[in-house]
Amino acid sequence: MCTVCGCGEGETRIEGHDHPHHDHGHSHDHPHEHAHEHVHADGTVHSHGHIHTHRHDHTDHDHAHSQLHEPGAPHYHEHHGESGNTLHYGLGPAHAHAPGLSQARMVRIEQDILGKNNTYAAGNRKHFAEHGIFAVNLVSSPGSGKTTLLVKTIEMLADKARVAVVEGDQQTSVDADRIRATGAPAIQVNTGKGCHLDAHMVGHALERLALPDDSLLMIENVGNLVCPAAFDLGEAHKVVILSVTEGEDKPLKYPDMFHAADLMLLNKVDLLPYLNFDVTKCVDFARRVNPKLQVMQVSATSGQGMEAWVAWLMGGLEQARTARLQNVDLLKQRIAELEARLAAQS
Amino acid sequence: MHEMSLAEGILQIVEDAAARQDFKRVTEVRLEIGALSGVEAEALNFCLEVVLKGSVAEGARVVLERAPGRGWCLGCGETVEIQALYDPCPKCGGYQVQATGGTEMRVKDLLVE
Repeated sequence: MCTVCGCGEGETRIEGHDHPHHDHGHSHDHPHEHAHEHVHADGTVHSHGHIHTHRHDHTDHDHAHSQLHEPGAPHYHEHHGESGNTLHYGLGPAHAHAPGLSQARMVRIEQDILGKNNTYAAGNRKHFAEHGIFAVNLVSSPGSGKTTLLVKTIEMLADKARVAVVEGDQQTSVDADRIRATGAPAIQVNTGKGCHLDAHMVGHALERLALPDDSLLMIENVGNLVCPAAFDLGEAHKVVILSVTEGEDKPLKYPDMFHAADLMLLNKVDLLPYLNFDVTKCVDFARRVNPKLQVMQVSATSGQGMEAWVAWLMGGLEQARTARLQNVDLLKQRIAELEARLAAQS
Repeated sequence: MHEMSLAEGILQIVEDAAARQDFKRVTEVRLEIGALSGVEAEALNFCLEVVLKGSVAEGARVVLERAPGRGWCLGCGETVEIQALYDPCPKCGGYQVQATGGTEMRVKDLLVE
């Protein structure tokens, strides 16, 4: 079952994936948690939480750490491969929480309910960073014009960037077929009863796409303004698409999505003369939910505003590429240092 | 939001912990649910009752700690308390409030036997 909305699982299909796949159910990862605490000379008790997760389902070996610290809270160390299954709870909230009860009976968890997805998302994000891939997660309600916008975007980027698409829909590969008709590689993920893409599905799609370095990856999420808000896919930005044929009050009705997004594309603005849609009001509502939200008015059919959107994408691509090259430089520097040390010792 | 599935996520965390820590019964589950997470406490309680049935945590007491919603008001230049993502600043009435806390959904700890 989907960890957000309770929708069914088990019917997920990823194109080219040859076995029926339960994306929520089966687990290839083995989180290990152990805790220990340090008492420093000055009497401060110091501890950290690490969860080490080993993933065996991807070609590269991901090793993700997620540190769960709360400011001001006593924190504790959890180390993989150390003191067996022992947990120390002396510092835990048990102190204040259950007076009279044995501390040993309190198991400290401190886990995000969506933590598993977040671990996969971190793996995807690492992959993107290493390969200079700029990934955007396009979210909207059904019928906002996401696929038409994508097709137009790919056409405009034809000579400028390598673009690939992950298409999420409950059923059919209609959308991926539309994308492939432009010449761009696309993988369709059918979520079956699922209402959103999760980071694990995207990880599998990445394996199939085998993106070259410095690519643009556009992930078209399932048309749904609720659940995809909660699922990090490892993307650089969520981009929410709202069309002017919908209500201008949608940002207030579905605040989580507009809060999670960094950019809102107000699509189908060529239809504004025929509608009673108040753009100012809509943008105002969206910024009530998310004051930092960037807004662009576009029309995928008339092309209006599309230059600004394409420029925004190119900017993101350039940043991702620069970051990758800096990483490569750092690695080269490190190799040189190690070779120098080796030479000195031999 | 979608409490049934959050309950499933909680059960998964509890069962993982039970396998790792080798305990047989959970008598209390303490959750931290932010005021801005969109989770309805009553609905979550109802769903947990159903989902935990037959598990190590059947009949466990569920304690919900509501972390208050907080936002940074650009106008006032300070942190203010808000109840919803679209709430205005309670001090100046402006909408330039960026949520900074209260979106968490976590399992904090378990009382086990």
